[in-house]
Amino acid sequence: MRPLEDYLVVDFSQFLSGPSAGLRLADLGARVIKIERPETGDICRHLYTSNVIMNGESSVFHAINRNKESFTADLKNEADHQQVLELIKKADVVMHNYRPGVMERLGFDYESVKAINPTVIYGEISGYGDEGPWKDKPGQDLLLQSLTGLTWLSGNAGGPVPMGLSIIDMLAGTHLAQGILACLLRRTIKGEGALVQVSMMESAYDLQFEAITTYYYDGQLPQRSEKNNAHAYLGAPYGIYKTADGYMALAMGSIPQLAQLLQCEALSPYADGASAFHQRDEIKGILAAHLQTATTQKWLSILQPADIWCAEVLNWKELMQSEGFKTLEMIQEVTMEDGYQYRTTRCPIRIDGELLTSSKGSPKLGQNTESILNELSAKA
Amino acid sequence: MHKPLEGLLVLEFSQFMAGPTAGLRLADLGARVIKIERPVKGEAGRQIAIRNIFVNGDSLVFHTINRNKESYAADLKDPADLERVKKLIAQTDVMTHNFRPGVMEKIGLDYEKVKAINPKIVYGVVTGYGSKGPWALRPGQDLLIQSISGLTYLSDTANAGPVPFGLAVADIMCGSHLAQGILAALIKRAKTQQGVLIEVSLLESVLDLQFEVITTYLNDGGQIPRRSNVKGTGHPYLSAPYGIYQTADGYLALAMGDLHHIGNTIGTDLTAYPDRSEWFSKRDEIMALIAAQLKNKTTGDWLNILEPAGIWSSDILTYAQSLEHDAFKALSIKQEVTLPDGKELSTTRCPIRIDHQRLYSAIPAPRPGAQTDLINQQFNLV
Repeated sequence: MRPLEDYLVVDFSQFLSGPSAGLRLADLGARVIKIERPETGDICRHLYTSNVIMNGESSVFHAINRNKESFTADLKNEADHQQVLELIKKADVVMHNYRPGVMERLGFDYESVKAINPTVIYGEISGYGDEGPWKDKPGQDLLLQSLTGLTWLSGNAGGPVPMGLSIIDMLAGTHLAQGILACLLRRTIKGEGALVQVSMMESAYDLQFEAITTYYYDGQLPQRSEKNNAHAYLGAPYGIYKTADGYMALAMGSIPQLAQLLQCEALSPYADGASAFHQRDEIKGILAAHLQTATTQKWLSILQPADIWCAEVLNWKELMQSEGFKTLEMIQEVTMEDGYQYRTTRCPIRIDGELLTSSKGSPKLGQNTESILNELSAKA
Repeated sequence: MHKPLEGLLVLEFSQFMAGPTAGLRLADLGARVIKIERPVKGEAGRQIAIRNIFVNGDSLVFHTINRNKESYAADLKDPADLERVKKLIAQTDVMTHNFRPGVMEKIGLDYEKVKAINPKIVYGVVTGYGSKGPWALRPGQDLLIQSISGLTYLSDTANAGPVPFGLAVADIMCGSHLAQGILAALIKRAKTQQGVLIEVSLLESVLDLQFEVITTYLNDGGQIPRRSNVKGTGHPYLSAPYGIYQTADGYLALAMGDLHHIGNTIGTDLTAYPDRSEWFSKRDEIMALIAAQLKNKTTGDWLNILEPAGIWSSDILTYAQSLEHDAFKALSIKQEVTLPDGKELSTTRCPIRIDHQRLYSAIPAPRPGAQTDLINQQFNLV
């Protein structure tokens, strides 16, 4: 039995942040119904990445919306509005990621929903909260990275470097799922409903909680190393280095010990522990030159037995060929209602030793509208 | 207000970052979180510092991750201490650890043995790479996990080589998945009255972080991500203009949008690219054209042109600018933690709001064993 079996989630959200929370709840056992507008549906259906189209829709839509149902409704149409209200009456969770004010206008805001379903857990994700000068800005990942200081942490010293995936969307979705789960738990004990609110902005700062706390403490901006940067706040050797045949990551290890193990004479002047931080550019330069003289495997075979934290750097192709990856069984195949099959990743959480896989692919727009209406009228 | 997890007890055997960030989230949501630490030295994370900063004997990072918790000192190799810990386990709702596979079995606190003491326990385990397979005993360290997961081929330009995310993203994602799993398990337990085992790993979590792009990879014939070569590029799978550009006085972010509308708005002729598929396939040359034009005005001037035209764009802020901004202050994200010596430490709060309430706590990270006597009494351990 999955933890959220018998729970119904009515999900108005689009794109990535909200729907990624819906996906997590679905994999944990909930029934998740996407409410989509007729004709177009979730805009993400046609938000293509690298021009990849799968069964007429974007690869990212298929990744985010597997294991869900789709119900189409024009929320401004009275009859459709009424049907959605009927569905909401049966919901345990209602969620959305519209900009502030939209759900109020549509009549599906928390107060309206609570009036017909007093113990509902109502979740919402905004870009920047519902107050302050940024509240009407578009809640878009790159803009959030840019505004919250995140672009000064990755890459080498120089200009801003964004993190190359929608990390703030992902985190906001993760935080929403946490809040919803915490309140569902409280409801099982106390019978109370709840409003759970997260914003991409708060999630972006939470991601940086260590660096921001450090900034509050010493008032210094992050300083990335000139080369081989992996963390603006850590000393040498922390970084990724080119070898004779690829790349390797070197996380920790004292410089004198590395000098000895790697037989790198040039590192020996840096014996003092503090130099690893204060002279990290020099040290990294020496390491970078030295590590290019042999293969990744050669270096790992010396360093790993000495318990130095290091690893090869893999791309997906190399990763997926490795035994370590295959052992995880991270890839699953799902099937859409029309028989279209695709491969994707599974939920990263294991419960009682079991993987939370699901063979249900993403829904075609409105594919469950009729059956859900039948269910509603049968129960009425 | 009462926080959602009030009344819940969590024992945290976890060290470093992933497990303790889950503990912090549960604490901020209302749980009582007790770290079980070896006497005197405490958990190893107390000595892991960034920028070599220590406060009251512990690293600033430790303070950041372990505020709002208590500490109980116990040497798990000492039979009397272990006995007390077992009595505490008998009364807890949740415990977490991130020891390497086999360690808890040796101590006698693995899930099967603990379930015999407390059949309703929710038992959370964090590993680096799962509990079996050739990598199971490797060190579960953030940079190493990023490096083998493919994540380093997504950021920055193609000619930059592998570029990691500049913070402990695998730890953070894994900690948040652990918190999700524990909460779901507690919901399950409320129905079944049975214990639940939750397992997460840093590697699975950082693969989940990449689920969109890995799904694309699995269905596009196995194309390795192709990063742009234009400095500031934002996402290997997105079309021009997605990225950060230099302006006359700083930088500017431009997200996705209609390229022709953007071209018309900034005064760059992009009519040579009528077809949307070219916005991706000819991304580098389009981005170079846009970059050349954006250098001609200041960021402020461009935003005055772009924002009214509905184009998704923004300034690039440093912490000095961002944390002083009215938008940041409006959300009251900063909070003060009061250290035992009365000094205050500024940090961020929990990002989740419940019933319109923001979740604050002024309780600092504990010194090792700070609450041992209190807990011994409260739980009748001696």
